[in-house]
Amino acid sequence: MSPVEALRSALDALRANVLRSALTMLGIIIGVTAVIVMVAVGSGARAKVMQQIQSLGSNLIIVVSGSMTSGGVRMGVGSRWSLSEEDGAALARDVPSIQVAVGTVRGSAQIVAGNTNWSTVVLGVGPGYLEARDWELAAGRDFTAQEFSGAGKVILLGETVVKNLFGEGVDPVGQIIRVRATPFTVTGVLARKGQNTQGQDQDDVVVVPVATAKQKVLGSSRANARAVAAMLVKVRDGEDMADAERQMREVLRQRHRLTAAQDDDFWIRNLTEVANTQLESSKALALLLAAVAGVSLLVGGIGIMNIMLVSVTERTREIGLRLAVGARRRDILSQFLIEATTLAAIGGAIGVVLGVGGSIIVAELGGWPTLINPEVVLAAVGFSALIGVFFGFYPAQRASHLDPIEALRHE
Amino acid sequence: MDDAPLIETRELAKTYVMGDQRVRALRRVTLSIARGEFVAVMGPSGSGKSTFMNLIGCLDTPTKGEYRIDGESVGGLSPDRLAELRNRKIGFVFQSFNLLPRATALANVSLPMLYAGADRATRAARAQRALDVVGLSARMDHRPSQLSGGQQQRVAIARALVNAPALLLADEPTGALDTRTSLEIMALFQSLNKEGQTVVVVTHEPDVAEFAGRVVRFRDGKVVDDRRQTPRDAATQLAALGAEQAEEAA
Repeated sequence: MSPVEALRSALDALRANVLRSALTMLGIIIGVTAVIVMVAVGSGARAKVMQQIQSLGSNLIIVVSGSMTSGGVRMGVGSRWSLSEEDGAALARDVPSIQVAVGTVRGSAQIVAGNTNWSTVVLGVGPGYLEARDWELAAGRDFTAQEFSGAGKVILLGETVVKNLFGEGVDPVGQIIRVRATPFTVTGVLARKGQNTQGQDQDDVVVVPVATAKQKVLGSSRANARAVAAMLVKVRDGEDMADAERQMREVLRQRHRLTAAQDDDFWIRNLTEVANTQLESSKALALLLAAVAGVSLLVGGIGIMNIMLVSVTERTREIGLRLAVGARRRDILSQFLIEATTLAAIGGAIGVVLGVGGSIIVAELGGWPTLINPEVVLAAVGFSALIGVFFGFYPAQRASHLDPIEALRHE
Repeated sequence: MDDAPLIETRELAKTYVMGDQRVRALRRVTLSIARGEFVAVMGPSGSGKSTFMNLIGCLDTPTKGEYRIDGESVGGLSPDRLAELRNRKIGFVFQSFNLLPRATALANVSLPMLYAGADRATRAARAQRALDVVGLSARMDHRPSQLSGGQQQRVAIARALVNAPALLLADEPTGALDTRTSLEIMALFQSLNKEGQTVVVVTHEPDVAEFAGRVVRFRDGKVVDDRRQTPRDAATQLAALGAEQAEEAA
């Protein structure tokens, strides 16, 4: 029998029992759909984390000012600014693996442009902040050295802030806006970063020189005018982060004149590590989802085997007749094998359509990123056909080894 | 055509083992059937006639003895070689027709050629011719459920004939049919036989055996009687039946 004829007769046999064929396929359909959607969701989540890691900037270590103990009450991280801009300079100078070390302060303020206002995060940063964060400017320019040192009233706006203050299609560069009644000149617009790993909008931010932030925005009355809340440190590519961290601790402890008995008055956190942990867990999630989906595909395959066994029993007389008129064992074997494979492959194809559609719907409705991988789609269809062959083989084998006399006599 | 018999068995024996019991279904049967014969094989159930039919139909292999069909020895052949032999040499007709219910008459008749590896055009042409022979060319697109019992059996006969077999082997071909249709089928067998087709009909009905030129009776796994006779003509009887029924109707 030619393959085309075999396929036609397989389709005929499946059409003879449409409901049963459909129900049998359902297992494979669900399995393939599940594999595609789950893998799409898993890899989408991973891609998102990856992108967030990249948006954070690579090789970052953040140093946060340590806790202060005031009359026995421990005030928590950052309650006292133990770090200073000089610490940053010292780090950049004394730890060779450090590319930049930037002091930062953080606060929030209402910003007014014309008759609109918007409350947002104000970041006071030292020179090199944009470099450390791998943050590009969408328009305008970074602050000059003079603006940094002279507490210039200049400001960089995040994309969300631009949207809320100026709307779409307006170039804010050069405009004057007010932060807490102080007029600032917009020198640039930050490129879009999207959400960070915690889901916060990284573009809802304005950036000003650190000195300006302390004087005009945060209204600092701190003793040390050079103190900063935290420091962002970028380690050169290829350098050992743990090693850099150790050296930083040494330099800072020395500069802060801490004795061996005293705790650190700062906290060092490796941001890349945190992000990598999330990447790992998202990988584990993707693997788990794929495994669950794989199990449902397996169950679908068992369904095919079950129904093929029933079919062989039901059609024993047909098999006997075919054997009597000259079918060889391999003719019968291939007939049932092709039926099982066709069943699985059609189920697989429907599953692909549903899976791809489902992934798109999940992405649209759930706001969850999905990534459809063509290789996964191919693998799912190939695997379901393989399941047809695998689970169809035993029933087909049984059919082909029937004794023609017995089979013809079968009621 | 040579003069050697079409079917030749020598000391043919078949023993079934059922549990610890050995059933000797066929005991040393030596029999020849010449080309062009119309043989009825008779006997009560358990007489060995079915076993004999399975053996000469190449559905089974003997425990002992020899069997040749059309000059080919059927001994120690693999199931697949037996299948090829059935495909080329034997056309089966069964009591219950055994048509594929979802296939058209034409597709049913084409089935044996499918396994012979004939191409599509050849299959269609030969299947049409076979349906023509049994008088059903007008119904080749009908499914078995759309055909009467007699028509279904004609389709089955067309299927048996389509590979031009050396032997037409029918197992109780009229068992599921009424008298009139039975006569029609026997008339068809007789007319095929007249054109040279060797026919073997296995039956327990003496009425059916009357249409054969030779009757072989089995009992306890042995041939107990083998005689030639002048067959009754099924077509004549059919005409008589027609007249009778016409009278009854009038």
